[in-house]
Amino acid sequence: MKKVKLIQIGEDIEADNRAEAVRVRGILADSSTYMMNLMSSPGAGKTSLILKTVEELKRTLRIAVVEADMDSQVDADKLSAAGVPAVQLRTGGFCHADAHMIRRTLPALELDRTDLLILENVGNLICPAQTDTGAHINVMILSVPEGDDKPLKYPLMFRRCEALVVNKTDYLEMGDFDMEELRRRVVNLNPDMQIFEVSCKTGRGLADWSDWLLGKIGAGGAR
Amino acid sequence: MHELAVTHEILEIVLRYARRNRVSRVHRITLEIGELSDLEQPWIQRYFDAISRGSLAEGAVIEVETPPCRFRCDACSKEFVMRLSADEPVLCAGCGSKEVRMISGAEYKVKSMEAT
Repeated sequence: MKKVKLIQIGEDIEADNRAEAVRVRGILADSSTYMMNLMSSPGAGKTSLILKTVEELKRTLRIAVVEADMDSQVDADKLSAAGVPAVQLRTGGFCHADAHMIRRTLPALELDRTDLLILENVGNLICPAQTDTGAHINVMILSVPEGDDKPLKYPLMFRRCEALVVNKTDYLEMGDFDMEELRRRVVNLNPDMQIFEVSCKTGRGLADWSDWLLGKIGAGGAR
Repeated sequence: MHELAVTHEILEIVLRYARRNRVSRVHRITLEIGELSDLEQPWIQRYFDAISRGSLAEGAVIEVETPPCRFRCDACSKEFVMRLSADEPVLCAGCGSKEVRMISGAEYKVKSMEAT
């Protein structure tokens, strides 16, 4: 019988995707485009936040959106109707967008005329957390009706994002969502997290959030 | 659920190393998946059994090692293991400082394989 060999490998399962993410950032650098990966559960308000952010920043920045959806065009249509250039990325049942999908989508965008590219990822707090999309910044939304206990369930997502937008704060009065408790939990997982309390419905907090994002884009040297 | 895509990636890495090391059969594959990363071993094994059929990795057993979250303190340089939790902050086990950095616990790797 042949002797069993122990072969050391030590290779990252995500290495191939990460290399592709580096290529995506290279392409974005050529057109000085800054990319934000926006993640949340389904229904937390990704499309609404994008629309409001565009409203806040459209005089300063040219913004385009990649809409990653398992299989529909609803959100891209909503954005196009609002005059925001949007490209649909169908993930075909896949639970998140990866760098390969983004790279294939880039030629459909006018990057030379885009300062900020927003990726609306598939609604999911688990899978997208693991994957580099090529974005410069990862941001997540948590909406008040989802509850203040989500950091307990999805630590990796809270760990991987630079900013948390707490949306639907207009629902605060209706439930037992404890904002202080949420902040404590989030900071335990990620002491550097920037937290914004907003309501896309009333407009609360949107200016602060947009100013911060604008500052990031300036500091990132993408422009 | 993206275990299938992950499994394809694992098989590709394993077959590459099998060719490089001129082995004819892979018996065991060890993954290193940090405490903070998600991966469901039973699904990986099931998908692997399906997609490795007919290859020299057919029938290989997949084992998962789960390194815990390790931190290093910027203030006193102590290294320590602690569960990352939303319930309490990560403070240095030596000096209590908040200035700690995570140095492992998010691994997502194919560590090694046994082959003949």
